[in-house]
Amino acid sequence: MSVAMLVFIACGLFAVLGAVGLILAREPVHSALSLVLVMVALAVLYLLLGAAFIAAIQILVYAGAVMVLFIFVIMLLNAGVEVRTNLSHLARWVGLPLAILFLAEMTYSLFHEYAARTALAAGGAVAGPVPASTEELSMKLFTEYVLPFELTSILILIAILGALVLAKKESA
Amino acid sequence: MEFVTQHPVLVVSLIKIAIALFVVMTALAYLTWFERKVVARIQSRWGPYWVGPHGLLQPLADGIKFLFKEDVVPPTADKVAYLLAPFLALALALTTLALVPIGPATISILGQPTQLVISHSPIALILLFAISSVGVYGVMLAGWSSNSKYPLLGGLRSSAQMISYEVSLTLSVVGVLLLAGSFDFYDIVGHQAGHWFHFLPSWEIFPQFLGFICYLTAAIAETNRVPFDLPEGETELVAGFHTEYSSFKFAMFFMAEYGNMITVSCLATLLFLGGWLSPFPDRWSWQLYLPGAGLIIGGLALIVGGLRSVQWNAKAVFPVLGLVCIGVGYLCTLHGATHPVAKAVQGPFWFISKVFLLLFFYVWARGTLPRFRYDQLMSFGWKFLLPLSLINLVGTSIFVVLGWHP
Repeated sequence: MSVAMLVFIACGLFAVLGAVGLILAREPVHSALSLVLVMVALAVLYLLLGAAFIAAIQILVYAGAVMVLFIFVIMLLNAGVEVRTNLSHLARWVGLPLAILFLAEMTYSLFHEYAARTALAAGGAVAGPVPASTEELSMKLFTEYVLPFELTSILILIAILGALVLAKKESA
Repeated sequence: MEFVTQHPVLVVSLIKIAIALFVVMTALAYLTWFERKVVARIQSRWGPYWVGPHGLLQPLADGIKFLFKEDVVPPTADKVAYLLAPFLALALALTTLALVPIGPATISILGQPTQLVISHSPIALILLFAISSVGVYGVMLAGWSSNSKYPLLGGLRSSAQMISYEVSLTLSVVGVLLLAGSFDFYDIVGHQAGHWFHFLPSWEIFPQFLGFICYLTAAIAETNRVPFDLPEGETELVAGFHTEYSSFKFAMFFMAEYGNMITVSCLATLLFLGGWLSPFPDRWSWQLYLPGAGLIIGGLALIVGGLRSVQWNAKAVFPVLGLVCIGVGYLCTLHGATHPVAKAVQGPFWFISKVFLLLFFYVWARGTLPRFRYDQLMSFGWKFLLPLSLINLVGTSIFVVLGWHP
């Protein structure tokens, strides 16, 4: 087994453990920390795929900014230990079947893809090199995908304006 | 030996990590000594004096003291996060230094040619910011997990402050990136080579002076140092986020703070002060003798100072240290300083000198400036520093688009 495979298995395990911990932890901060673990594990998986830039941005944005704000809010509101309730009707009759369906779908497509890949590999086809350098990425982003990029910026701008409106004092 | 030939990169990296860790840990310890000495001089005191000559063994004594103190864990603390916080803070502070190159030379370890950096990455700058942005967790978790009022307030303050100033810190660096056109420290420093008007080094600090000021201010706030040390303001919060930490866990936070100081100083050196480049034009060949000459003069000063000292241990230790310095300095001036060793020393010499200057600036600021009020801190960050770095960014972009940049 190669080193890359070992790292992959370890990170996969950490990601799954983090995801399970996120749901099972009763302390909000522990849930948030589990989510950080998932994100860091994902970043290492990106690194394994040769996408160092995406890995760094994943840590910078998700682990370093988004989750820091999550934990900040949890600390600010001093959120207490979560109260456990039994499953609500909605969760029991809609959520559970949907979760099982999603799981089945994922499993099916995973095995399907795996079979296709092994067939391809047996045929001698190898996956081509992924364009991973920062230059190529930014060229693509600002030429081919410039419209989605700008739309996302506008979306974020709207969110900032919304936050400003909400934070503004009533007696202005 | 078979293992070495099979995994050359791994073995060489491990050796480099071991050396770097030793050097950085020693530097951290002596940075505390340096800070106490300089602040003492600013306040007309002597500072640490009695443990070893001129208090030079004080860091060692402090370290041993921290190791032997009782490690108190508050019974109401959240154990996992409480233990995790100091490890996270220190480990991340030290990891960032793996990306910092200290010289252009290629040296050989066990026959393997290797650069003077642990990890050379084409996106080193982004990686460095990514790692240091996760460093906030150490402070936040420490504040939250202690389950006590002062640490919680300190943790909240500190995370708000670090989030706010990280924006200005990152934006102030983008100007340099626009001019250099790369995230790789080797390219960024390479872009700063050369001189304007044959004497002014073409470092980024001159075209990016606004950016440099923004960076320096934001970096002080980012590392929670005076005058932005609200998170641990002792007059109001006892000790802020690390109030409930004792023994070596406290020391780990302490070391993390100094490690972050070294990291931001290294980054400022690489981005704005020309990294390992000499400030003098290449045609002045006498500059090759400077590292050796500096060491020899320092050694002579140590011998004279040691012999004139009234402390018997200083009389014994300093002349020996001085002789070692003179010996190393002589090695650096061999063969008219064209010896490979003498050449390899040039880069690290200038790099470390610049980092040292910036660290002195840090300590100087601590010794002279009073602490900000919290609302002043926030409005300064958002209403002054952020617009300033944005103006710098837009101005630089215009210059680059018009093709006016040097």
